[in-house]
Amino acid sequence: MPVVSVTPAAAELIRSLRGRHGPLMFHQSGGCCDGSAPMCFPAGEFRTGSSDVLLASLAVDGVTEPVEFWMSKSQWELWKHTTLTVDVVPGRGSGFSLEAPEGVRFLIRSHLAP
Amino acid sequence: MTRYDAPTHWQSRYDHYIGGEYVKPQGGAYFENPTPVTGQTFTEVARGTAPDVEKALDAAHGAADAWGRTSVAERALILNRIADRMQENLESLAIAESWENGKPVRETLAADIPLAIDHFRYFAGAIRAQEGSLGELDDDTVAYHFHEPLGVVGQIIPWNFPILMATWKLAPALAAGNAVVLKPAEQTPASIHYWLSLVADLLPPGVLNIVNGFGVEAGKPLASSARVAKVAFTGETTTGRLIMQYASENIKPVTLELGGKSPNIFFDDVSAASDDFLDKALEGFTMFALNQGEVCTCPSRALIQQGHYSDFLAAGVARTEQIVQGHPLDTDTMIGAQASNDQLEKILSYLDIGRKEGAKVLTGGSRADLGGELSGGYYVEPTIFEGDNSMRIFQEEIFGPVVSVTSFADLDDAVKIANDTLYGLGAGVWSRDMNTAYRAGRAIQAGRVWTNCYHAYPAHAAFGGYKQSGIGRENHKMMLEHYQQTKNLLVSYSTKKLGFF
Repeated sequence: MPVVSVTPAAAELIRSLRGRHGPLMFHQSGGCCDGSAPMCFPAGEFRTGSSDVLLASLAVDGVTEPVEFWMSKSQWELWKHTTLTVDVVPGRGSGFSLEAPEGVRFLIRSHLAP
Repeated sequence: MTRYDAPTHWQSRYDHYIGGEYVKPQGGAYFENPTPVTGQTFTEVARGTAPDVEKALDAAHGAADAWGRTSVAERALILNRIADRMQENLESLAIAESWENGKPVRETLAADIPLAIDHFRYFAGAIRAQEGSLGELDDDTVAYHFHEPLGVVGQIIPWNFPILMATWKLAPALAAGNAVVLKPAEQTPASIHYWLSLVADLLPPGVLNIVNGFGVEAGKPLASSARVAKVAFTGETTTGRLIMQYASENIKPVTLELGGKSPNIFFDDVSAASDDFLDKALEGFTMFALNQGEVCTCPSRALIQQGHYSDFLAAGVARTEQIVQGHPLDTDTMIGAQASNDQLEKILSYLDIGRKEGAKVLTGGSRADLGGELSGGYYVEPTIFEGDNSMRIFQEEIFGPVVSVTSFADLDDAVKIANDTLYGLGAGVWSRDMNTAYRAGRAIQAGRVWTNCYHAYPAHAAFGGYKQSGIGRENHKMMLEHYQQTKNLLVSYSTKKLGFF
């Protein structure tokens, strides 16, 4: 199983957001309120650096370029025994994630790494 | 027991509040605002975008200079009058907050609103008592230090305590003489407007402006604006970093409160007697369910010393099972609804990975269906996991009524486990031996260590994070300086030249 995968519903949302906002990226959040959830931004909007790790370059049908999925290194140290699936649920969202105004929210579902 | 009716004081629609009046969103769009109690929409709210933020910034800049020059006596009086209005309307504010957020009204009546009232009074007092300083550098030279307002500040408010968290940011900012553009959380935008309906006439137009909307559409233009002198944010780490990034583009300061994974440590001697103190400690353990666990300092890791581990944990499970879950407007209800559907889903995803990692569910572990009209609401059973600190449920903020329990051998072991986290916002230490409690409290890397208490948030006790939990200290007069510039006048009273030229 890949480190990060995408459900069909999340892929559909990514395609739709890609159409409106251009190339996309994810950064997995930690902390309170809307944390512990993936944030979706226009690619390059969130500046990754040496404290981050690129977990996956997601291939999504209908999206020309790969969608990078990032997490802070320190957080990944605590997550690396699991694999992640990006899903989407109805919700209000928050943070500056692109999908929130659509009434939906990306969500991570986790599994133990084989 | 009292069961309040659903509040009816809402307007059917809330626009932006800019320059002392309600203004329609320039994009013309609104979004629905549901109550988590039933999942039903009760009002709609303006969907703000960059032009609305600009308009609010215009109003704030128009008001900032006069507000900053208003005497501290006058500013303090206005804050005290705001507090008085809130006191007169405490019950209706508490009901509004409960309906908006899903939290039990017994908490909003006894904590959220009284704390917010006191917070305005505290900063009214603090600004009156604040003094600059002077340093007499030599017989002819004096360094004067004045506090000056920053000017116009941006504030992005979380949804877990909509009125109280707005107050934590507003009271010091207004006391210090700043004009504010505030964006409420998109999950909970309405109760702050109900609050505003009670106090709007007290503030000069433009001093407080509220732009509603989503983070990406309204929060981002506010946080990235070169026209704000500072941004204050409570939320999560990725958005916190993004806000720092935007602030770096304009070289502006930020204060950030980004959550935690707070340890609550129970030493063996807590169980040395079956008395009031043990009873208090068990309540302290159960505090993970306060506000449905939607607190940045939720004591979501309980560390119990090995000697009394089984007995204390069994008593903690029993206490947790006595928590009354029900309609948030019933004063007997101890735990209400999670604030939104996505929040509910996230909690359920953590209940799932906790089980997959092998943690044992001691009680709870599922969504709760309370029946009737509450079936559409977002309820979770208070849940106790037993496991190991390396598990993800011990390391990540679930923001739900979920505690993960493990044991420790001695003080060093407790501190090691407590500090084995990315965060450092809150912690709890429980012991009858104050030397032990003191040593533990000083060794834990967290901004607030509750000692033989938990979840108290009085004004005049500094609140803020170590490590990835953020920057700044709210709730204390030191927050005033996060909303002020220091002006140094370096004055020479000598009439003699230096002699260089």
